[in-house]
Amino acid sequence: MDDVTSNFDLVLSAFWLTIQLALISGLASLVLGTLLAAMRVGPVAVLRRAAGVYVNVVRNTPLLIVFLFVFIAIPNVGYLTDTPFLLKGVIALTFYTSAFVCEALRAGINSVPLGQAEAARAIGLTFGQNMTNVVLPQAFRAVVPPLASVLIALTKNTSVAAAFGLLEATARMRGFTNNNADDRLLIFATFALGYIIVVELISLGAFGLERRWKAAR
Amino acid sequence: MARVRRMTVQQDREINAATGQPLVVLEKVNKHFGALHVLQDIDLSIKRGEVVVVIGPSGSGKSTLCRAINRLETIDDGSITLDGQPLPAEGKALANLRAEVGMVFQSFNLFAHKTILENVTLGPIKVRGVKKADADKRAMELLERVGIAHQAQKYPAQLSGGQQQRVAIARALAMDPKVMLFDEPTSALDPEMIKEVLDVMVELAEQGMTMVVVTHEMGFARTAAHRVVFMADGAIAEENTPHEFFTNPRTARAQDFLGKILKH
Ligand SMILES: Nc1ncnc2c1ncn2[C@@H]1O[C@H](COP(=O)(O)OP(=O)(O)O)[C@@H](O)[C@H]1O
Ligand SMILES: [Mg+2]
Repeated sequence: MDDVTSNFDLVLSAFWLTIQLALISGLASLVLGTLLAAMRVGPVAVLRRAAGVYVNVVRNTPLLIVFLFVFIAIPNVGYLTDTPFLLKGVIALTFYTSAFVCEALRAGINSVPLGQAEAARAIGLTFGQNMTNVVLPQAFRAVVPPLASVLIALTKNTSVAAAFGLLEATARMRGFTNNNADDRLLIFATFALGYIIVVELISLGAFGLERRWKAAR
Repeated sequence: MARVRRMTVQQDREINAATGQPLVVLEKVNKHFGALHVLQDIDLSIKRGEVVVVIGPSGSGKSTLCRAINRLETIDDGSITLDGQPLPAEGKALANLRAEVGMVFQSFNLFAHKTILENVTLGPIKVRGVKKADADKRAMELLERVGIAHQAQKYPAQLSGGQQQRVAIARALAMDPKVMLFDEPTSALDPEMIKEVLDVMVELAEQGMTMVVVTHEMGFARTAAHRVVFMADGAIAEENTPHEFFTNPRTARAQDFLGKILKH
C-alpha cells in the first residue's frame, strides 16, 4: 500500500501518459478513420480500393505486430529512429484503430437512408459537402455505441505500449509488483481501477451524446 | 444577394420566354438497368414556364426520366440539355447544374438532423455562398409562403408528411431553380394532406415556374398542367393537353390505364 501511495505522483504521471496516448490516438484515429470511410464510399475508384486494402490489412494484423513494426522493424531500416516513444505509440495505435473507426463509420453511413444523400446532391452539394453536412453527422449519430467500443478498446490497447518500454500505466504497474509482491493484488486493483475510470468516462460521454442526439432527431 | 439572383432569373425567364428557346431538351435518350430498357428513345422538350405532367403505370420509367434530368441517374446515350447546355458529367460543374434544378421526392428526404430552417438554408449557404442572416431571412419568406414559418425551429420528424413535403418544396425553391422536378410528391401522403401540397404546387405553376410533375393527381393535371406526357414501358406513348388526354386518350395503353385509375 505504502508504495502505491508514496509513488502517487509516479502513478499519476504514468496514467497521464496513458490518457495522452489514448486521447491523441483517439482523435487521430477518428480523423483518419473518417477520411478512410469517406474514401470507401466515395466516387473515386482508386481511393475506394486503397482504403479497402488498408482496412483489410490492418484488421487482419495483430496489434502486437503493428507495434513490432513501428518500434523495431521500421527503425531498423532507418526511419522513426529519433521519434519519441509517445509519438511512436500514437502512430502504431492510430494506424491500428483508424481501420476499426472506418468500419464502424461505414456501417453508420450505410444506415443513413439513400434519400438523404440524394436530396443533398439535388440541391447542388458536392461530394465533400454532402459528406460533412449531411451524411457523416447522421452516420456518427447512428454509431456512437460501436465507436465508443472502438475507443475503449484503444484505451486498453495503450497497455500494449508497455511491452515496448513506454512509460505508461501498465509498465509502471509491473515495476511496482516486482518490488512489492505482497501488495500485488492491491496494486493490480489500483491500476485496473484507473483503466475502468477512463473507460467509464468514455462510456458516459457516449451515453450523453446518444441521448442528446436522440432528442434532436 | 438571393434577391438580386431572383430578379436575374426572372428577367432571364422573360427574355427567354420571348425568344421561346426551350429550357429542358431530351433527345433520343436511352437508359438500361442491366437488361431492362427503362428509357427508350425519349424525346421531350420543355418550354420556359411550362408545366408538364408525366403519368403512366408503375415501372414505366417516370422516376428514371425525372432523375435523369438532374443526373441522379446517368443515361446510356442521347442528350439532355438545360438552357442549351449539356448536363456536365461530374464534379463541381454537375453540382452547379443540380443547384439550378429543384427536386422534390416522394419520400420528402428532409435532412433528419437539421431543423426546418436549416434544411432550407443549407443549399444557399453552402452552394451559393449566401450569408447566414440573408439565407435565414429568405428561408423564412419561403416557409411563410408554404405555411410552415411557425415550425421553423422544429425537426422534420416532428412535422406531418404534408408539412414535410411543403418544406421540401421551400428547400428546392431556396436555390432559385430554373426548373422544378416533382416525383410523385403526394403519393406518400394521407388523403387529407394531399391538397395542402397540391395547393402550393398550383400556386407555383401560376407564378410561371417551369415544372415536370410525375403524378396521378388528375385534378392537378387539369388545373395546372399545360401538357400531359403518358409513359408506358419506358417510352412516351402519348402527349396531349390535359383536357384532350383525359377525355380522348388515343392509345389503347392510355385508355386502359385511365380506365384503371378512374375506377378508384
Ligand atoms: N436502380 C435501379 N436498378 C435496377 N432497376 C431499376 C432501378 N431503378 C428503377 N429500376 C427499374 O426500372 C423500371 C422503371 O422504374 P421507375 O423509373 O422507378 O418507374 P416509375 O417511376 O414509372 O414507377 C422499373 O422496372 C424499376 O424496377
Ligand atoms: Mg416512380
